[in-house]
Amino acid sequence: MKKPYQKPTIVKLQIGTLREQKSALAQRVRFEIDGVPVKDLLQKFGSPLFVFSEKRLREQFRYAKRLFETHYPRVEFSWSYKTNYLDAICRIFHQEGATAEVVSEFEYEKARRLGVPGEKIIFNGPYKPRTILKKAVEEGARIHVDSMDEILDLEEIAKELERKISIGIRLNLDTGIYPRWDRFGFNLESGEALQVVQRIAAGGQLEIVGLHCHQGTFILEPAAYGRAAEKLLGFAQKLEEAFGWTIEYLDLGGGFPSRNRLKGLYLPPEVAVPPLSEYAESIAKALLSNLNSRDYPLLILESGRALVDEAGFLITTVQAVKRLPDGRRAYVLDAGVNLLFTAFWYHFRVDLGEEVLGPPEPSVLYGPLCMNIDVVEEAVNLPPLSRGVPLVLSPVGAYNVTQWMQFITYRPRVILITEKGEAEVIREAETLEDLVRLERVPAHLR
Amino acid sequence: MKLNRLAISEEGFIFDPETGNSYTVNETGLKVLKALRAGQSPSEIAEALSEEFEISVPEALRDVEEFLESLKRFRLWEES
Repeated sequence: MKKPYQKPTIVKLQIGTLREQKSALAQRVRFEIDGVPVKDLLQKFGSPLFVFSEKRLREQFRYAKRLFETHYPRVEFSWSYKTNYLDAICRIFHQEGATAEVVSEFEYEKARRLGVPGEKIIFNGPYKPRTILKKAVEEGARIHVDSMDEILDLEEIAKELERKISIGIRLNLDTGIYPRWDRFGFNLESGEALQVVQRIAAGGQLEIVGLHCHQGTFILEPAAYGRAAEKLLGFAQKLEEAFGWTIEYLDLGGGFPSRNRLKGLYLPPEVAVPPLSEYAESIAKALLSNLNSRDYPLLILESGRALVDEAGFLITTVQAVKRLPDGRRAYVLDAGVNLLFTAFWYHFRVDLGEEVLGPPEPSVLYGPLCMNIDVVEEAVNLPPLSRGVPLVLSPVGAYNVTQWMQFITYRPRVILITEKGEAEVIREAETLEDLVRLERVPAHLR
Repeated sequence: MKLNRLAISEEGFIFDPETGNSYTVNETGLKVLKALRAGQSPSEIAEALSEEFEISVPEALRDVEEFLESLKRFRLWEES
């Protein structure tokens, strides 16, 4: 019986790294995802491969929903399509009771195609083309207006339909966080929002029934949500008194973080990212302590990342091993920033898909693109890897399968591990035919 | 040959008296280093590794060559 093999390695000892070498950061190996071996997945579906876990999706959704419901009686989760709009993923969240939050014509149509009725769609976004806006109004969608021009469009539509339209308005406000997203909706503190509301009331065609804000993304300060809730509620009460409307819902948008490691954050996510319960508590406290004696307005949350990120994995394979001129070890993978758009902002967790023996060494992970920016990870401690070794990157469930780009290569399969532990394809790998289908060649070039 | 000047311990600790640098090698690294010092060629070393460990000769040869690259980078090996 032969001995297990380690690649021969030589490491130069440097004062300062001696201790690190000894402590040998525990090697992280992920042999399986939800009980399905990584090796089997690669063999059956090829590399690279996106893998989603139905179990994790459902568990995280139920956890978040129940968590907020234990803090506040009326909560609606609206699935943020832009975070991941694969049919199968959306269907899972809709089955769990989420409505749809869409920001474009395409997303609106996708939600309708999935059978989501208009009244269960929230239509956000800074640009809603006139035709889809009218369709959304007719179908009873909750429209959140972003600009004065959109208000004018809606007033015209109201005239055409000869009825009053109920809308939500989008506000931007100071909740003490930086950067402050102030390009969406109307500013609260400057008085712009109130002016716009007065204008809407004067127009007589529209009625405000909801207030919306979205502070930003990956917000690590739960208290900011409390401040946002308090401000929205205060404004709602002002509108009810002044105009006699009933503000049925307050929508605090999304921006809740996942356990991903944001670049520039020194601490690991387990320490830096506050638990979701702190957000729930902060929001509920602001609402419950400031509500007048009236019905509880519905609290809507458009959480995307916090629900889906940690349910997504990317399996990729080492395709080449290199040494850089400065001595660093580098690997070329079959997946790069083309598939992992979020690599620009996050340090993923990198697990080995099989056990590899040998001393860890800081290594660079490159993708397959012939572009200098195609770096998946600048420095990750890995044992000496050979060609063919699988790596499992996570969490990658949010934004990657929507923001990925088709550049010089095909996008790979996406699979779902069902609750029964079966692997099902939920998006096929692209083929040449798929990519050239929309191209046309003028006669003189044929 | 530069390799001859190195002090190599049985545990894989390497000291270069000329530069004062020290290195560590793993079990297979130590074998390769000793074999190189004994004048064996990369393919002979790869065959020896393959006999003792779970590894094919071509894969072992590729790794020995990578190891040689590391030695060159540390200026412990010069092409003769």
